[in-house]
Amino acid sequence: MIYGVSYIAIFFFVIFVGLVLGLSFYFARKTSSASSYYAAGGQIHWAVNGIAFAGDYLSAASFLGICGMIATYGFDGFLYSIGFLAGWIVALFLIAEPLKRLGKYTFTDALNSKFNSRAITLTAAISTLIVSIFYLIPQMVGAGDLVTPLLGFPHWVGVVLVGIVVIFIVASAGMTSTTYVQFLKGGLLLFLSTILTIYILKNGFTLDPGQNGQPYHTFLTIPATVADSNVVSAGDWKVISQQQVKGKDFVKLEKAGVQRWFHLSEKDGKYSLREALSIADGENGVKLYNGEPKEKAKFFQVGHMSKIIIDGKEVNKTGPVGPFQFLSTIEKSDVVRFGEAKFTDEGKKVIVYYQNPTSGKDFMLPGLKYKIGKGASIWSRLDFISLMLALFLGTAALPHILIRYYTVKSQRDARKSTILAIAAIGTFYVLTMFMGLGAAVNGVLDVESSNMAAPLLAKAFGVVLFSVISAVAFATILGTVAGLIIASSGAIAHDLMHNYFQLQLSDEKKVQAGKIAAFAVGIFAIALGIAFKGMNVSFLVGWAFSIAASANLPAILFLLFWKKTTAKGIAWSIVTGIVSSLAIILTSPTMWDKYGLDPANALHKLDNPAIISFPLAIIAVYLISLLSQKNNLILKTNTEPIGADI
Amino acid sequence: MGIDNASKKKAKLGVRFFFLYLLFYGGFVAIGVLNYELLSQSVVAGLNLALFYGIGLIVFAVLLGIIYNNLCSRYEDELNEEETKA
Repeated sequence: MIYGVSYIAIFFFVIFVGLVLGLSFYFARKTSSASSYYAAGGQIHWAVNGIAFAGDYLSAASFLGICGMIATYGFDGFLYSIGFLAGWIVALFLIAEPLKRLGKYTFTDALNSKFNSRAITLTAAISTLIVSIFYLIPQMVGAGDLVTPLLGFPHWVGVVLVGIVVIFIVASAGMTSTTYVQFLKGGLLLFLSTILTIYILKNGFTLDPGQNGQPYHTFLTIPATVADSNVVSAGDWKVISQQQVKGKDFVKLEKAGVQRWFHLSEKDGKYSLREALSIADGENGVKLYNGEPKEKAKFFQVGHMSKIIIDGKEVNKTGPVGPFQFLSTIEKSDVVRFGEAKFTDEGKKVIVYYQNPTSGKDFMLPGLKYKIGKGASIWSRLDFISLMLALFLGTAALPHILIRYYTVKSQRDARKSTILAIAAIGTFYVLTMFMGLGAAVNGVLDVESSNMAAPLLAKAFGVVLFSVISAVAFATILGTVAGLIIASSGAIAHDLMHNYFQLQLSDEKKVQAGKIAAFAVGIFAIALGIAFKGMNVSFLVGWAFSIAASANLPAILFLLFWKKTTAKGIAWSIVTGIVSSLAIILTSPTMWDKYGLDPANALHKLDNPAIISFPLAIIAVYLISLLSQKNNLILKTNTEPIGADI
Repeated sequence: MGIDNASKKKAKLGVRFFFLYLLFYGGFVAIGVLNYELLSQSVVAGLNLALFYGIGLIVFAVLLGIIYNNLCSRYEDELNEEETKA
């Protein structure tokens, strides 16, 4: 997308980031010992912690990714909202309380509290690192997407900027600062999402969703003559070339020296060419946006309705609508989504974004991304189940969420924090539906990246709202990335160096080692954030959840609820979960596309691994524990189960 | 803070509530995979079943969380108080 620089946005952005850094430094002065660096010394009020929990959880993935996915795929994006929240139930009902009682700082310590096994220390630390890194990727991708319209910078600049600021925060402060930052940002995100939703409802629907005084781009439809499947004439446009991609025909036409791409469609035996958006490689490495250089600004924000039906009548525009009326009107109307096709034309790479009119009925049902309706293959159904399983089980197994359990004094407070978080997150997730759908029909979408749907929608309602929301989203990413980097550096400095390699470090050296580790992880995260540009961040988070659910959750659940669990069983379960989920992800159709190969030729058709990797990890912990009972006999007499047997 | 006598009871309650929610959540996934057309049926206020069930899952999570918290606090008050009296 082509964006200009917004000075008001920059102003608010700088103020907000300054505020975040100021808070970090203020609380950094109170942080000295290793325990306060990692877990804020257990001194944080439950209500602050609850909203901070929400702040942690409502990461770039929730705000940017889910809204973007709803705007692009309708209900399928909302599946992430449902699953992310349901994940909290597992965390609260099964994990939160017993784990808090263990009173350990990191996930690895918690897992190892019963056995003191080096194998668990090693595998759990590696698992924490891998999950944190997979969770870091979407945050960094989101950061890059965010600064493009905010500051007019390229994607990679945003990624590097977030990386540097976060490394700075983590290196200078610790958990205390990030808890307060998360609290502030969680509260603001909820407040601003509510305002945005009110705007959407007040705005209602229109067939011409022009923004800020600019009319919405009128997409041309040209009648075409077709012979032997080839377009031979198209009004006063000259036919240049035609390409077929996955059963869809794209035609390049020329008029007044400008070449544009059109999508060929047929209705009742009549052919027409609908205007598409395109990005093509031009001469001398210049990219052409709709056939013209970037400076001409001929690339448009999109997303409109082709038919509005309200109270049984077809209209061009509605006034303000209620929340239920908003949802039911979209269901009865038609929404124009934009599909993507990539091909090579005359030796040059072309990406075409074509109109894909979708009935509101389909848009408001699952199935546009994860096909589960009639004619859906067994793979796509399994992929859907696998995603829902990963979202359900992943939350409780995320290392950076677990760390926050330890920051509250008592179990009762930890529980109250979690419930406040569930209420806050639940409210937010209901709002994502309105923000995502609002973006889909208000002509604000950037076809190059779905992640910017919500901030760009805010821009349509005023640049101040846009700048504040962008600043909060940016701070959201800062906070989440900081939390993840702390979890990663904890895994390296505390679990690997201190516990596994048994390096005897002083308190001061331990904190120093943590900071060096944080720096290394931060640099790695920057590189990955640049590599995964353009992917929906919720989809990427789905992967982190899959790995966490497979590697960590069977281990924690068996430790808490099955007396016969052994150290060997836990270590092997973690290894099985990591290896199987990573193997499935790295050979998935999505990764095949990333490698530049045809996704149709990928080794399998599953994009989400949990349906295979989670049961494998369960089998591993069960079987290996049974086979290694001898080692467990001595321990059994000395320990009591942490939770209850089921 | 001493030994928590309510911990086993709370853990059992957590497990029960987890399975209750799992049933509700699994129901949504099962309808999607097995009887997809059902999700498009209009239920309340013009909302289809998919939306109604989806938002319902979010509201149910919050409600269940509040009930869980209240019951756990009650167990803690009852059982830990008895201990103190004894």
